Amino acid sequence: MENASKMSVQNLDFYYADFHALHGISLDFHENQVTALIGPSGCGKSTLLRCLNRMNDLIPYSRADGKVMLDGENIYDPNVDVVTLRRYVGMVFQKPNPFPKTIFENVAYGLRVNGKKDKGFLREKVETGLKQAALWEEVKDRLNDSALGLSGGQQQRLCIARALAVEPEILLMDEPASALDPIATQKIEELIHELKENYTIIIVTHNMQQAARVSDVTAFFYLGKLIESDLTETLFTRPKLKQTSDYITGRFG
Amino acid sequence: MSPKKQTGKGRRNREKIIRFFFFGVALASITTLFLIALFLFVEGVPIFKVVSVSDFVFGKYWYPTDDPAAFGIFPLIIASIAVTLVSSVISIPLGVLTALYLAEGASAGVREWVKPIVELLAALPSVVIGFFGMVIVAPVLQEILNIPTGLNLFNASLMLAFMSIPTICSLSEDAIFGVPVELKEASLALGATHWETIARVIFPASISGICTAVILGMSRAMGETMVVLMVAGGAAMIPTSLFEPVRPMPASIAAEMAEAPFHSDHYYALFATAIVLFLFTLAFNVIAEQISHRYRQVGAATL
Amino acid sequence: MNGINHKEGVAFRRRFTQGAMFGFFRIAAVINGAALLVVVYFLVARGWRAINWTFLTQPPVDSMTKGGILPCIVGTLCLSVGAIVVALPIGVASAIYLNEYARPGRIVRIIRLGINNLAGVPSVVFGLFGLAFFVVYLDMGVSILAGSLTLGAMTLPVIIGSTEEALRGVPDTYREASLGLGATKWQTIRSVVLPAALPGILTGTILGLSRAAGETAPIMFTAAVFFTPSLPTSIFDEIMALPYHIYVLATAGTEIEATRPLQYGTALVLIVLVLGLNLIAIIYRSRLRKKR
Repeated sequence: MENASKMSVQNLDFYYADFHALHGISLDFHENQVTALIGPSGCGKSTLLRCLNRMNDLIPYSRADGKVMLDGENIYDPNVDVVTLRRYVGMVFQKPNPFPKTIFENVAYGLRVNGKKDKGFLREKVETGLKQAALWEEVKDRLNDSALGLSGGQQQRLCIARALAVEPEILLMDEPASALDPIATQKIEELIHELKENYTIIIVTHNMQQAARVSDVTAFFYLGKLIESDLTETLFTRPKLKQTSDYITGRFG
Repeated sequence: MSPKKQTGKGRRNREKIIRFFFFGVALASITTLFLIALFLFVEGVPIFKVVSVSDFVFGKYWYPTDDPAAFGIFPLIIASIAVTLVSSVISIPLGVLTALYLAEGASAGVREWVKPIVELLAALPSVVIGFFGMVIVAPVLQEILNIPTGLNLFNASLMLAFMSIPTICSLSEDAIFGVPVELKEASLALGATHWETIARVIFPASISGICTAVILGMSRAMGETMVVLMVAGGAAMIPTSLFEPVRPMPASIAAEMAEAPFHSDHYYALFATAIVLFLFTLAFNVIAEQISHRYRQVGAATL
Repeated sequence: MNGINHKEGVAFRRRFTQGAMFGFFRIAAVINGAALLVVVYFLVARGWRAINWTFLTQPPVDSMTKGGILPCIVGTLCLSVGAIVVALPIGVASAIYLNEYARPGRIVRIIRLGINNLAGVPSVVFGLFGLAFFVVYLDMGVSILAGSLTLGAMTLPVIIGSTEEALRGVPDTYREASLGLGATKWQTIRSVVLPAALPGILTGTILGLSRAAGETAPIMFTAAVFFTPSLPTSIFDEIMALPYHIYVLATAGTEIEATRPLQYGTALVLIVLVLGLNLIAIIYRSRLRKKR
């Protein structure tokens, strides 16, 4: 783990009304690395991910205690502007969720809300985003078609392009391939591999092979607690705890 | 045939009969609608022996009790359209903004209080709103604006607006709630503010539902009777300003029906007026239906 | 990192727009609340003095310039209960057909179109229809029966709508469990689905009752009369009703100014009845939702 720590979760607790969903999580995410969060459903991995761009703020009666440091600033500090935060911390969701707009407008959306109007600039950024998401070749001739006409895999890459177009520094991915077929999944995984050159990536997955394939570091969660985190290779071959080895060998979950 | 099979057959027959019974009852609404149309036409069409359809609809003079009588409902139609349009200028922004407040702006706790208020507003009987407009609002308007009567187009429109706001608000709210939360999250995750998310994603995605709500609200305003009967002033003339008394179609029907002799020309003319009113509201409903049917599929991407 | 702090964060303009727009939303909501409050305030402030035991239990006297409104209260109760007696069975059965039996298709679309359009028919048109069909054609005369049928036709879409919503709220697993035990469709509906949907149907019934109680135009030519000193003895009697009484006193009475207190009092009784029924429905429904 020689890279610098980009984001660092420090003793984070999270509550949905009365339900204590995360218990004292502390975990570092490093630059240009892919960190996978794994664990059985309901273990809190998605909750943690959604704490990292404060998406959980939307849930009524929820509460977060503790710190999440982004380049040395606590994102839960009252002075922090969540809108700006989310510009730096992009997110890709479980189900592809393109807007009912054209392909172009989907990718340009984040730039437009940030006040960018210049056509040439938008075109350039949209092209870069789509190229980074390995979608450019497939859609370059129909940028003005509705995004809803794309296949599921294409839609998900479009959502990645859309997230990349605003040039975030961290990319959160919430089971980005769970709704896709194996071929589309493979494309997404290759993409993740390329993207880590430029981004810090945090991915939630329930597919352990996927975690093993794409990530550098893996963190295992169970019942709202961080059980173990280590280099992916180490965690999958020589887990320190029995709970971890039980899960990755498929004895429970 | 074995006894087992026989009871099976009897049961199946009974189930069929029950199913058929429910089907028959379910036709009651459409039958009623048909009967309404039928009786309006049966009782309204005879007037066209006295006056042509175009003279009836476009005739400028409504003197049903004069001799000779004049049966031109153009001023009544214009009055109905005028109160509907003026009221919607008030009710559309208020209704849609309140819906946005309920669906997006308010916290869960506040919502629990505001929603019942809108529902209670919807529950106020029209005669009570008419009474309020007549005894409270009209004198105030008359005083402030120094006009001959406070019972006029503007007052009626204002009262009608508050009768159609709940319709517009609750149907718009349903439409806004129907926008998948995934789209909202996608927009917020890209660094859009909540308002930008509403303006660029949520509102466009729910616009067809909001249009339906607006049209149904306008339809309600046009068909509303007691308010225009009590507050609009009752002059069967084409208005030239907001503060002149008018006589929309429902007001004319309600006010005159009791005095019109049975099966007289006046009686037929009132039923014919009701046909026009009925066709207007039917058209509103059909348009609303078409919009909501055609544009139902927006929102979450289909895989 | 450009910093995620407020001061250097999102442009001032974007935050200002957001604040301003949410301000507009709130103002719109406040205007609605104020409208309701103002109407209720004036009616209560000017009507409560008129209300006393005599007012509620005596018929009007001296050409309706004095006395009470008992016949109107009784009449409104008769009409709204009558409307529900008509609309509830038909409405619930229609909803059962649409939600439990019908397969999506043209027939269902036509039936729904009929219901939606029926809901949009202006109240005065219902009045004319009631006059032409029930009063004259079926020779019921101006009567409780004709008025109830007219109001019932008008309330039908309300009942169908709320019953359908209640039926949709019953989980499919209930139906599957019952069918899986060998119950027929009708047995399932009768003993599993309907009991589970009953609270929702009840809420809809209360709302329908209040709607019928407040309507004026449909009963003007079908049931209500200016003045009748006696209480009804059969469903073929004509009656007085609260909404119509308000209208008559406020517009056509001989002593419009002198009867003002009576008008306010009658209006107050009517809104207490109508808003009361609605409040009961609202509170009952929110309790139900919390229980789920």
